[in-house]
Amino acid sequence: MAATATSTAVPAAIDRKAVIQRYATHVILLGVAIWLGANLINSPSQFFSAGMVGLNLGMLYALIALGYTLVYGIIELINFAHGDLFMLGALFSGFLLTTVMGQEHAGVLGIVLLLVTIVGTMLFCGGINVALEFVAYRRLRRAPKLAPLITAVGMSFVLQFVGLKWNGSTPKQWPSVLPEGSFGVGKFQVDYSLLVVIAVTVPVLLLLRWVITSTRQGKAMRAVAQDQDAARLMGVSVNRTISFTFLIGGALAGTAGVMYQQVVGTTAYNLGYQLGLIAFVSAVLGGIGNIGGAVLGGLLIGLIQGFNDGLPFGFGQKWSQSVVFAILILLMVFKPEGLLGRPSTEKV
Amino acid sequence: MVSDVPSRARRMPGLAIPHRMRWPLGYTAAAVLVFLAYYYVIPNLGAGGQTFFRNWLPLTSINEALVWVICALGLNIVVGYAGLLDLGFVAFWALGGYTAGWLMSGFFHQVKIHIFGGATATVPGIHISFWLVLLIGAGFCALWGVIIGAPTLRLKSDYLALVTLGFGEIIPQVFTNGDNIGGFNLTNGSKGITPVDPIGIGSTRLGPFDLVWKYLIFVLIAAVVVFITLRLRDGRLGRAWLAIREDELAASMMGVPLMRTKLSAYAVGAVAGGLAGVAFATHVGGVLPDRFNFSISITLLAMVVLGGMGNVWGVMLGALVLAWVNSTGLPQFGSSFNEEFGTNINFPSYNFLLFGGILVLMMLFRREGILPESRTRLVLHEPSRTDMESLGADMEAPAPELDESASLKTAIAEGPVIADETGTGTGMGEKV
Repeated sequence: MAATATSTAVPAAIDRKAVIQRYATHVILLGVAIWLGANLINSPSQFFSAGMVGLNLGMLYALIALGYTLVYGIIELINFAHGDLFMLGALFSGFLLTTVMGQEHAGVLGIVLLLVTIVGTMLFCGGINVALEFVAYRRLRRAPKLAPLITAVGMSFVLQFVGLKWNGSTPKQWPSVLPEGSFGVGKFQVDYSLLVVIAVTVPVLLLLRWVITSTRQGKAMRAVAQDQDAARLMGVSVNRTISFTFLIGGALAGTAGVMYQQVVGTTAYNLGYQLGLIAFVSAVLGGIGNIGGAVLGGLLIGLIQGFNDGLPFGFGQKWSQSVVFAILILLMVFKPEGLLGRPSTEKV
Repeated sequence: MVSDVPSRARRMPGLAIPHRMRWPLGYTAAAVLVFLAYYYVIPNLGAGGQTFFRNWLPLTSINEALVWVICALGLNIVVGYAGLLDLGFVAFWALGGYTAGWLMSGFFHQVKIHIFGGATATVPGIHISFWLVLLIGAGFCALWGVIIGAPTLRLKSDYLALVTLGFGEIIPQVFTNGDNIGGFNLTNGSKGITPVDPIGIGSTRLGPFDLVWKYLIFVLIAAVVVFITLRLRDGRLGRAWLAIREDELAASMMGVPLMRTKLSAYAVGAVAGGLAGVAFATHVGGVLPDRFNFSISITLLAMVVLGGMGNVWGVMLGALVLAWVNSTGLPQFGSSFNEEFGTNINFPSYNFLLFGGILVLMMLFRREGILPESRTRLVLHEPSRTDMESLGADMEAPAPELDESASLKTAIAEGPVIADETGTGTGMGEKV
């Protein structure tokens, strides 16, 4: 970072900064802990249900954030279109499950068809993401950073246009095939739909982990992320690996789209922009480029949002965005490398 | 600052207008022509001509386009000159707008302050003259530019984009939810603040139909912003901005104070945003928080990119064209198209495709914009430093753009200087 480079000349300044950073982090964490404790004592059941909502959101954010983090890790691009890809995934999921396959009720058939829908949407979103990379980002790989970033913003608008034409300008309601109702744990209630979300998300995350750590293609991804040219010299096809990364990122966004469409039941063309941004904040929170970090960040942001929206001492839903972005800004100021990321120095 | 610039009384062969006078004269001529057209010519046209102008080129849309021009010029300083991507520029527009809302209306009915205001002296509220509010709004936004910039400007480019986007989301949300901040109504929530006082010139006040005079005022504000932008660009500060844009590390090694220079880019850009905000509030006669959303920031960015990052005239062209297309061109084209072919296509809904498409296609095929600045073109086609070093076996096709610009640069450095038409290319031969 340039600021670090300039302040190394003044050792006193860097000490002061480090001290401020450490204390600020502690103070903020302490404040959050006190706030959560007060809420828990005030009304435990509300705390629990807000936590469940947060967990649900968190899974969603984790899936989307992974797409951001994978792409950023490999070509250092903030793929602004990723949130809108998620939105298209939600639309496609509704289209496939309700319009094409006509399934509107819960049941065994519903679960089977839901699995089919998940696979279909994964392929759909992965395909779109690969196409975007092929059409636009690939040509800009050697361009200055501003160019691909602006292109991604433009692509986000193009995808939103597709969503607008597909979904219409007003939000659309969809029937859900998830089992309704909830079961009690002690005096707290857990929705069945949350179980389905967990049952889908956790295997997907484990699969991703396996792909990245144990397969040839995953090894290639890590190699390209580390050093493209060295990877190329070792015989890795860089273009194919980057396409593969976009495919995985898109597939994860597709999964998130199905989950969202099923759990929330409403889709809108501008859905992806909001959720995408929050998911990106999650990726940054965990440390961008770090797979585990994206999941952790997603869950944390989801919980924060759930608590903020649902707790008696929260700011309420109308400040939801502001809270998330305030976290982003604080994080950027005090700990730009994120929770799990390693502090990096600017390549010169 | 001005004294650093060598005297630039260059002349075009055969044209006896000093170089420094060329753009003000051209600008004034164009502005006066439009003024005369709307003041004398169009009211005297036949019914057909009047309808044509009312449909396709109403003065309201020109006024609105001028507001966009002012704001886009501000963004151009941040993105085009200093190379800091700002995706939340709408925040400054909103702040300027609310300055006008607070200081030029009866909103704060608890107090009664009149300073050359556009309302009768008995009305409660704060009523300050439009011209003073312009200054206050500009100062307020500059302050906020510094507040937003100070903690965030040390970030890398894409992180900076994200943080500015965050501010661009937070500030409008504060305005939307600001009707009850600790029991105090700061912004009147989603209802916004209406009406805003009319602009006063002396003792006359411009009503909603004095569009021609409003046009003149907006042209004047835009001229001031253009003047500031051009003068700064040639001065020490502007050259420092360009140096930072091109290579931050090299610039800091040459003694350019990074933080201060970037902060001043933010502050100056925010000033233009604030002016646009105040002007827009008087243009529509109120401020509404739901107008200030992300798509405004993107539209501004599209204007800067389309016109030519870093070139004042390109940005002005981009802003005029896109603002017109957005407000008048697309709906009008749609309705005449539907009428002609009996279709029922909702053309305004295509603006997503239009703006997204512009951004993508421009970045892919003409990164430097319609009216490029030669120096920007060079920057945007140069591979970044690490790529240069690592270009190996798969070096891409040789870049004719680079060679062309490089030879142009040498030609300018050696040969007699020919002032280009835009008047902004003068810094090119200098070593920064």
